[in-house]
Amino acid sequence: MNLPIYLDNNATTPMDPRVLDAMLPYFTNKFGNAASRNHPFGWVAEEAVDYAREQVAKLIGASEKEIIFTSGATESDNLGIKGVFEMYQEKGNHIITCTTEHKAVLDTCKHLEKLGARVTYLPVQSDGLLDLALLEQHMTSETILVCVMYGNNEIGVIQPVKEIAAIAHKFGALFMTDATQAVGKVPVDVIKDGIDILAMTAHKMYGPKGVGALYVRRKNPRVKVTAQMDGGGHERGMRSGTLNVPGIVGFGKACEICLQEMESEAKRLSALRDKLEASLTQLEESYVNGNVAHRLPHVANISFKYVEGEGLMMAMKDLAVSSGSACTSASLEPSYVLKSLGLSDDLAHSSIRFGLGRFTTEEEVDYAIEVTKKAVTHLRDLSPLWEMFKEGIDLDSIEWAEH
Amino acid sequence: MAYSDKVIDHYTHPRNVGTLDKSKNSVGTGLVGAPECGDVMRLQIEVDENNVITDAKFKTFGCGSAIASSSLATEWLKGKSIDDAMKIDNMDIVEELALPPVKIHCSVLAEDAIKAAINDYRVKNGMEALVSDKVHH
Repeated sequence: MNLPIYLDNNATTPMDPRVLDAMLPYFTNKFGNAASRNHPFGWVAEEAVDYAREQVAKLIGASEKEIIFTSGATESDNLGIKGVFEMYQEKGNHIITCTTEHKAVLDTCKHLEKLGARVTYLPVQSDGLLDLALLEQHMTSETILVCVMYGNNEIGVIQPVKEIAAIAHKFGALFMTDATQAVGKVPVDVIKDGIDILAMTAHKMYGPKGVGALYVRRKNPRVKVTAQMDGGGHERGMRSGTLNVPGIVGFGKACEICLQEMESEAKRLSALRDKLEASLTQLEESYVNGNVAHRLPHVANISFKYVEGEGLMMAMKDLAVSSGSACTSASLEPSYVLKSLGLSDDLAHSSIRFGLGRFTTEEEVDYAIEVTKKAVTHLRDLSPLWEMFKEGIDLDSIEWAEH
Repeated sequence: MAYSDKVIDHYTHPRNVGTLDKSKNSVGTGLVGAPECGDVMRLQIEVDENNVITDAKFKTFGCGSAIASSSLATEWLKGKSIDDAMKIDNMDIVEELALPPVKIHCSVLAEDAIKAAINDYRVKNGMEALVSDKVHH
């Protein structure tokens, strides 16, 4: 077992060596521009991109013509939301999203508000799931887009996308989902799920960084997005810019591997995740955040009450994890996702996200359990809040000096 | 962000962790910060009849820099008169621990905890509380 151990696979994943092998020739011998139509260098590159487009489409049940390559999920989110807002302005200006979305969605919506969009940010329930009745209440004839993520990056909760899509369609709106964390981890099918637009990225599924895709439905209905990047008219005019051929080839290969191995991998990872959670929640005053029935197989988000996340991570030596604590940020605000679940600030500050991945072994999980237990115990010995809790003092009864 | 060796040393081997009997007149307790802000420090001093600090203990809920700042503060407090202790400035802590700008608030909190503990002791023993002319936010 090599240290440190990487348990932050929701931030990014290591590239699968099989993906790298597929990519390598496209950096050197097969370096052509896929848009060069008049010589073999271009043809070879174009052929590789076409093949990758099929591989990507297949993973989400789409047709290859519906895949637009981008630089990653942030660009895809921007293109999808801004592109719909511009294209469907005549129909309306109302967009519905939710408070636990990634910043790439939230900040894009905020930007559009300055340009005249009306955006509704729906709260989620305490388990992280959207309340469908609440969504329906906010739908109007002006609503052009409902944008709700597939699987959450912090807590792994999977939204009822099929039901959300049905509500959007009932009111004549499009349904877009940021499926960055879900694609390749759980079955995502744009037809069955009723998805009109979907954002995804390669580096969360063992592919390279710097390449992603936007799925844009071509039939029932035919969806159009206004380009946000103007230029040579690549990607059917929706996203100009010379294609990142090696990245796209790697993305395709990553999708192919996910399609083949997703089922067995999900089974293996959810078993490891359950073991991790079962062991760590044996610690007093530790809580799993988010719905535990509807979620991604590889994420566990746990709050260890009375210890602070960043301090805890420092004690979890040789474990690469992440925390909902934002002690280093200028605002000192803890995770807005956890706060959206109704967690108090102190519980949000006390959270750790464990993100397992394809290369995580059981030995590593066992080690992580031991290290985390020791770290929590060590920090609770140092914690005045833990001492007060043990003495039966109600922490809410204390008048804390805000600073 | 990498931590300095001194922060790691104090974090890994915190000095003077513990609790003094706050009901004693010779003990002053300072509890500063708030759980919602992600850090709470409790610093306690035991003072002899010559107003010299003979013992200091802390417990801190917070990041590594907050723990190190309070651990360092207890080391500095021991053997100082309460008047000298009042002069400890947060920037001394910043310098000693090489804290980056985003962690300066940890040192501010430690200074606040020192002053709160001294004032608690002063008030308990019939002295007036001292008001710091520094304004912290």
